[in-house]
Amino acid sequence: MNIVVCLKQVPGTTAVKIDPQTNTLIRQGIENIINPFDTYALEEGVRLKEKHGGKVTVITMGPSQGEAALREAISLGADEAVLLSDRAFAGADTWATAYTLSRAVARLGKYDILICGRQTIDGDTGQVGPELAEMLGVPFIAYVSRIEEISDGRIRVRRMVEEGHEVIEASLPAVITVAKEINVPRLPSLRGITRSRSAAIPTWGIKELGVDQNMVGLAGSSTQVIKIFFPQRVCQAEILTGDLAAQVDKLIDKLKGASLI
Amino acid sequence: MDYFLTEQQKTIRGLARRIAEERILPVRAELDEKEEFPWGIVKELANADMFRVFIPEAYDGLGGGCLELCLVVEELSRICSGVAVTYAASALGCMTLMEYGTEEQKRKFLPDIASGKKLGAFAITEPTAGSDASNIKTTAEKVEGGYLLNGTKQFITNGGEAAIYTVIALTDKTRGARGASAIIVEKDTPGFTFGKKEKKMGIRTSATRELVFRNCLVPEANLLGKTGLGFIQAMRLFDRSRPGIGAQAVGLAQGALEAATDYAQERVQFDQPLITMPVVQHMLADMAIQVEAARALVYAAARYVDSGARNVTEESAMAKVFASDAAMKVTVDAVQICGGSGYMRDYPVEKMMRDAKILQIYEGTNQILRNAIAVNLRKRKARTA
Repeated sequence: MNIVVCLKQVPGTTAVKIDPQTNTLIRQGIENIINPFDTYALEEGVRLKEKHGGKVTVITMGPSQGEAALREAISLGADEAVLLSDRAFAGADTWATAYTLSRAVARLGKYDILICGRQTIDGDTGQVGPELAEMLGVPFIAYVSRIEEISDGRIRVRRMVEEGHEVIEASLPAVITVAKEINVPRLPSLRGITRSRSAAIPTWGIKELGVDQNMVGLAGSSTQVIKIFFPQRVCQAEILTGDLAAQVDKLIDKLKGASLI
Repeated sequence: MDYFLTEQQKTIRGLARRIAEERILPVRAELDEKEEFPWGIVKELANADMFRVFIPEAYDGLGGGCLELCLVVEELSRICSGVAVTYAASALGCMTLMEYGTEEQKRKFLPDIASGKKLGAFAITEPTAGSDASNIKTTAEKVEGGYLLNGTKQFITNGGEAAIYTVIALTDKTRGARGASAIIVEKDTPGFTFGKKEKKMGIRTSATRELVFRNCLVPEANLLGKTGLGFIQAMRLFDRSRPGIGAQAVGLAQGALEAATDYAQERVQFDQPLITMPVVQHMLADMAIQVEAARALVYAAARYVDSGARNVTEESAMAKVFASDAAMKVTVDAVQICGGSGYMRDYPVEKMMRDAKILQIYEGTNQILRNAIAVNLRKRKARTA
């Protein structure tokens, strides 16, 4: 089966700075890692390949450094990788990102399953997976904690919900996002590392994908970050006076006034 | 110290370290306590291609030699010497096959060892044949359809867990050591069973067991090289494997040095960390010198083996003796620095000290190896006299 895994390269630290002009992350000088949730997606993809045969193709959208994440993915068992990189892709929100990824998936050709991590640790939106499914017009299942069966063009999975799990079946091709409960990602192999060093990784931009540059990057984004700030924590204390009954009355008035009761 | 390793060697060392720190460290104490064979770790090592390191590329390996093997063993031993010997014993179990086996034999057995699907083991020691290795009693009688094995092997690393055994047995018992031959015996061959599993002082996660042969018929195709060469093949094997034991000692001593340094940094007595006290500083410095000197000698011996030198007996014996004596001393001192805490099982140096002792004993006791070194000194003297 043809398995596609989407990865994102994220800062390997929480001590990141925000560019005050663009309100996006400053990525220079920060060690990048594969988004931890995506490592579970990759591992599941590789396990599916080992069980059912076929190949795993990883794609990521980002600056040229993204190639390192793809090489690491190959050392961890992926067969092929494509880097989606173009100046026009910069500043993309989840919608424009999902659009770009969906066009890359379409260019890859026939696929059976597309796997993403449940969310990234930098953006934290968890939107790209479902948006991708929507754009590709295929079923989507989130928070998958176990793939129970794949046969006859169908997939049955266990998905995590608030207080337990659901078992869901869908037709293939489909998009799933996986939870960290699904597996324990492997370490790289020596042959994988060797292969990753020499693997040819093509870069696809707007030309290769045949997309309008107004549909991608900042131009194609329907949301824009206006401002990023830490909410101000304001603490005020007020000592109520008078006898106990009067204090209680005042308290009730204040709580009602603040619409808290 | 920079040992000018190649990129590939650095990659091997780096990945072995990651496996040791991320996968072995969390289960080290439990494996030791329960004396449980580390199948989970063996699988991790296999998935990472670690068993391919010492196998030629033609048989699904990565074509590394003694030095590459040493780098892996050292890193594993830095965290757990019991896991390290389990890994190294698989190499020991197929080195005679790699050197003397036919193309067909290598094709049959090596790919499964390279993938880690099967473990190897080497068996020469018997109740009557320890340091006196030529005094083996196990026989392999030539019969219709192969060799009929009878006898008992003792203290066999990976015994019971390995699938492929290189066994030294007498094909001609009238000739003593000159009647010995190396024969491959597969697990589950009728007549081949496992005896007592030993309870050991250290390296407790590794399996050490008796092999029992009762009219065990092995195909003639499993004979390695010519009959009568078994003892020489075994001695040649140990000449080439001993740097591996040296590497095990270097890793173990490195782990103990690091643990003792960490403890000395944190432990405060008389209002100051131990590491600021000259008496402790000198102990740590001596430990560091021992570790680095041992590493330099082990790598040099391993490179000498890999150079294809004809006779490496002396050099590999020196590396093994020096490194294992260093490991014993360094681990004892590590416990001393950690004091009462170091004596407790909650701290790793207690296990390291127990693990160190065997290094002075197996693959030739340090006394036997000093004999071998001295014999060479005398021979050289006699030649120049």
